[in-house]
Amino acid sequence: MAYFILKRLIQSVFVMLAVAFLAFSLFRFVGDPITQMTGVETSVQDQERLREELGLNDPFVTQFVRFTGDMLQGDFGFSYRTRQPVAEMIATRIPATLELGVVALLISLIVGIPAGIYTALRPRGIATQAILMATLVGVSIPTFVIGIMLIFIFGVQLGWLPTFGRGGTVQIGGWESSLFTVDGWRALLLPAITLGVYQLTLTMRLVRAEMMEVMRSDYIRFGMARGVPIRRLHYRHALANTMVPVITIIGLQFGGVIAFSIVTESVFQWPGMGLLFLESIRFVDIPVMGVYLVVIAFFFVLVNLIVDLLYVAIDPRLRVQDVQ
Amino acid sequence: MIAFLKRYEGIWLFAHSPTAIIAGIVALAILIGAVFAPWIALVNPYDLSSFSLFDGLLPPVWQEGANPKFLLGTDDQGRDMISSILYGARLSLVIGIAALTIAAVLGVGLGLAAGYYGGRFDAIVMRIADVQLALPAILTALLIDGIARGILPAAIQQDLRVAVLTLAIALSLWVNFARTARASSFVQMNKEYVQAAIMMGQRPSRVMFVHILPNILGPLLVITTVDLASAILLEATLSFLGIGLPADSPSLGTLIRIGMQFLLSGEWWILWIPTLFLVVLVVSINILGDFLRDVFNPRLR
Repeated sequence: MAYFILKRLIQSVFVMLAVAFLAFSLFRFVGDPITQMTGVETSVQDQERLREELGLNDPFVTQFVRFTGDMLQGDFGFSYRTRQPVAEMIATRIPATLELGVVALLISLIVGIPAGIYTALRPRGIATQAILMATLVGVSIPTFVIGIMLIFIFGVQLGWLPTFGRGGTVQIGGWESSLFTVDGWRALLLPAITLGVYQLTLTMRLVRAEMMEVMRSDYIRFGMARGVPIRRLHYRHALANTMVPVITIIGLQFGGVIAFSIVTESVFQWPGMGLLFLESIRFVDIPVMGVYLVVIAFFFVLVNLIVDLLYVAIDPRLRVQDVQ
Repeated sequence: MIAFLKRYEGIWLFAHSPTAIIAGIVALAILIGAVFAPWIALVNPYDLSSFSLFDGLLPPVWQEGANPKFLLGTDDQGRDMISSILYGARLSLVIGIAALTIAAVLGVGLGLAAGYYGGRFDAIVMRIADVQLALPAILTALLIDGIARGILPAAIQQDLRVAVLTLAIALSLWVNFARTARASSFVQMNKEYVQAAIMMGQRPSRVMFVHILPNILGPLLVITTVDLASAILLEATLSFLGIGLPADSPSLGTLIRIGMQFLLSGEWWILWIPTLFLVVLVVSINILGDFLRDVFNPRLR
């Protein structure tokens, strides 16, 4: 058990180092940092002096070690575009994206898991065929189109919900939250649904496939032959084994949620990290792009670490292996 | 013989699946329309002299005030909607297919080699694939686009937009091909015909591409169809975000982005007709993909 956790932790550290290296390479090799930082009127001597002061003439490895060290201390450098510290720019954007992502993920699980179970247990039902067709259409409609449709129906035609921004927010110890006001929830609803729909179809299809696989297995057949009540078989024995892979997928989906939040945030002008990333690509603001990657990777690694631990807690076989 | 029967069975199944037939017809019609756009379309949306501002904002024929010349209406510049969509679909399909071809060549090549050589080469390729898989396609494409903006001189950037976009999409889709090719070729490697070919001293490249490749085409075909839909969606999304193609050479995504400006006004057709077209295109490709998956995986039937 301890060995398993330790192994995962070490792997996580290596993943983070790899991402940090990618961010560093971006900063160092895409365009010249000095020309980005100085204007046209800066003399060549001044540029060279700055280069020396910033340590850009040092060996590559020294620079990378310093870069990583600075990051560990929370120093993420300055944006080329706004000249503000990147750490500050990103930190103010994190709550918006995380709240959006978590609510979207919850929507996808709360609707997707029951739908997946239902369609697996009644494979030939009319409702199942309708749901399957709907998911196929759902997968094929790009996220931004779903957003536009929701804006058009609920924002423009019905006028029920706001179509951009976060609505009313509350400050809780530096965390700007929209989860505590009615206005904030109203603003959150459309973007969260937009972001959740695609994940929902994935969750549903996965739960359905897993459940069908389990239903075919010997122990379920044996249970049926032995006369175990069908409800107990479905919801106690089959469901328990279906959930194990589902939990892993939640970890992977988190990455998808964060990535597609770039699109959703753009459609709804949601002031999160995705919108910031998009702006930084447009203006080739390399430091912000790099730090965005590192922050996303950190969340991704963290969520997957938690998922792995849950996995051990849920699946007794992993614990037994460890004892042996 | 077995391959022949399988193909025959596929055709039989196709003829008995109305959804697959409809999807096939729709996809084929769009493909033909896109290929022959310069001959079918009323105006050339890239050529300013072929349309006129006086024809601007005309609604589709079934609405009042329409000009029967423009069946689905015109946009604010006076461009015929059908023409814009055909040219847009043409560009979207060209980028999608080109990106898919690059992804397939790269992915299948690496996957076959990983399956053939195994060992350390296999481990390296699959680790890279894992990392790539953890990064969602849209993030990879955005990142490659951002890097290209930083590296390429401003002067040639506009000319290279299509190439950069194609490459960005290709590099985010190769993993599926590599994983499928690797998994399928592992199965083939243990078969006697492959072992015999190796014993006979045939070159690795010949074993891979002449012997193994034809026998793993089935699963690869499924991936190709599904990924074509992804490639088209990815291009549309990037163009919608304003990262993809500029407004003067509109793909389907760009058309939708332009149409967004008319979301609040009465000119609904400028937004919704290209959107509907994109969705219909992708849905029909996905239906075909699902159908092929069922054909090649009889257990699911």
